[in-house]
Amino acid sequence: MIKFSEQQLKVPKMMRPVYLVTAGQSKFDRAIPDKRTEELCVDALTMAAEMIDMEPAELKKYIHTCYYGHFADHFGDQLLGEAVIHDRLGLDPLGNIGVKTGGATGGSTLWEAVKAVASGYSDCVLAMGWERMDEVPTDEGNFYISCAADKDWEGPLGHIYTGYYAVMAQKYWQVFGKEEESFRRTMAEISVKHHGYACNNPYAQAPMKITVDDVLKSPVVAYPLRALDACLMSVGAACAIICDEPTAMKLTKGKKNKPLRIWVSAGSHTLRPADRRDMEIPLLPNETAEQYKDFGKKFPGGDRYPGFTGFLGARMAAWYAYRMTGIKDPTEDLDVIELHDAFTISDIQSYEDVGIRPYGYGRDYVESGDCYHTNPKTGKPGKLPSNLSGGLIGCMHAVGATGIMQTFEIACHIWNRWAEMHGKPYWDRCGRTMPKDWTDLQVKDAKRALAISHAGVGSHVTATILMDPDHLLKNDA
Amino acid sequence: MSRFAEVQVKNNQYKIKGDFHELIPNTPIRDADNGHRLMGITNPRMLVHMHSYGGEAVFFESLSQGKLMASRCDNPKCEYKGSIWQPFRIACPDCLRKMTPIDMTDIARKTAKVHTFMVCERSGAFSLLDKPIKFINIEFDGVATILMSYLAVGEPKMGLRVVPIFKKIDPTYTILDLAWVPEGTKADALPFGFSF
Ligand SMILES: [Zn+2]
Repeated sequence: MIKFSEQQLKVPKMMRPVYLVTAGQSKFDRAIPDKRTEELCVDALTMAAEMIDMEPAELKKYIHTCYYGHFADHFGDQLLGEAVIHDRLGLDPLGNIGVKTGGATGGSTLWEAVKAVASGYSDCVLAMGWERMDEVPTDEGNFYISCAADKDWEGPLGHIYTGYYAVMAQKYWQVFGKEEESFRRTMAEISVKHHGYACNNPYAQAPMKITVDDVLKSPVVAYPLRALDACLMSVGAACAIICDEPTAMKLTKGKKNKPLRIWVSAGSHTLRPADRRDMEIPLLPNETAEQYKDFGKKFPGGDRYPGFTGFLGARMAAWYAYRMTGIKDPTEDLDVIELHDAFTISDIQSYEDVGIRPYGYGRDYVESGDCYHTNPKTGKPGKLPSNLSGGLIGCMHAVGATGIMQTFEIACHIWNRWAEMHGKPYWDRCGRTMPKDWTDLQVKDAKRALAISHAGVGSHVTATILMDPDHLLKNDA
Repeated sequence: MSRFAEVQVKNNQYKIKGDFHELIPNTPIRDADNGHRLMGITNPRMLVHMHSYGGEAVFFESLSQGKLMASRCDNPKCEYKGSIWQPFRIACPDCLRKMTPIDMTDIARKTAKVHTFMVCERSGAFSLLDKPIKFINIEFDGVATILMSYLAVGEPKMGLRVVPIFKKIDPTYTILDLAWVPEGTKADALPFGFSF
């Protein structure tokens, strides 16, 4: 059993309030051979300027520092790719830095941007993330992704990251899913939901109207995971503009975007799952030690924490974030979320890590219908809709952009601009046809939202929280 | 290619011989739908890196000799003194003191069992393992961690007792020189080059 120190468990505190003012993104696709990465970044920044009725040149004058999220130099085959983008966006002489934390790169980029404003160093910051995964064939892409695992101890084992993650999925499947057909169908339902929501998202790469049986018939990647259980490989860019209060008020005066309070926290766990040691479950505000007392009896084989079934990094990101912002119960206090659905089963695992359901009971979030925009069981609004963008399974996983895309999506709900920003002009812009049965997924009266950005087997995880400043849960947050 | 890359260390400097890269001409990428206009180029490349195992070299050398090395923190001041680590680590992650390499082949033979596993139908480019790959994560009595490796014979399941096998003939000096088989597997069932 290992323990964390009081200092390590300090609740983060920002020196001053920080705001998300605007955001933007490019279209996402498996390949975009007619555009260079910089063109996608220009698309994203231009959209961010448009959302607050500004010319990009005008907005650029406010930016003081830049944070660039780009996971894989290997994919881009360009070291200092961040400097290329910075040059092409014409942002000299501003200080800028690259951020890379695997799948959590987008979230980590926001984490840095928010701290730059919170500290007083900058009053307006650009957080821009992208990935370009289309310039090698899929098996070489898998090789490059596996380079993010330990190259001596894990990489040679198949050079397939899915495999390193999948052993954790297998443990969860057997211990908590009890290998039940019903659990397997719940996993499949997540894929159906995310590909389905992607049908309403002009930026999304994989809109599909499929059934649970389609998922269950798709090719096995690593049993019980099948092709349709997995996230996408993508190309695209997303950005956010983060400001202090005076700048936020100035930039949004008379505009549709109300500045939103933003907090980002981060957690980590060993890069190699092999190195994980046992510990007590760090409790979220809506949990008690009592409820996990006979956990090993309820779920035989589940007595090691986090073992191979919990993501400590995600749990700690939520642990810090909820205490920092006053969230007591995510299901009650939040209105919409975007989770890092790398696989259907890791989506379920993260419901537990972030406290939407207790450990062992994640499946209930789907089975209750709470995770839907409209609960299919009751026909009423879902209690806490998740991944209305389509997530990583239906929308994209352009790694460095993913956490920022999620933030753009949840912000659109709080701005009450989801329908507008996913409407006809954006289908045209992305060169895609708006479906006749397009559905407005705006979450009514959304005031608070969460996005989780997660690296691979859980080495880095961030939690981004947005709140309407008139609906804070804690005055001194 | 005249001679493939070879490397030795002398006076703690790399001494290299042979070819570390090969020149391959690039080709244009054209748009088949639009008059074959230019869209981009290919960037072929073959090159060799050098990589130091540093303080972990003893682990990889030992595999080729049929030994599984672990490390143990013997620092009397360490909060977690006595913890045994597999994967082998050079320094204790708690106190950062150099750990003691220990031979845990016997512990592995007597106590190794499958904590979790995955049968993976796909691999990335450059994988040397046959598909499907049977990933297993192995727990040992008295060891703080759970090693990732692969099952070379039979079907994995949780709780399965396994024993280590080592590639002593033509070793690769990588983690692939270590694999596992169910307890009771006969020597003639092992893959080429491997023995108990
Ligand atoms: Zn120690």
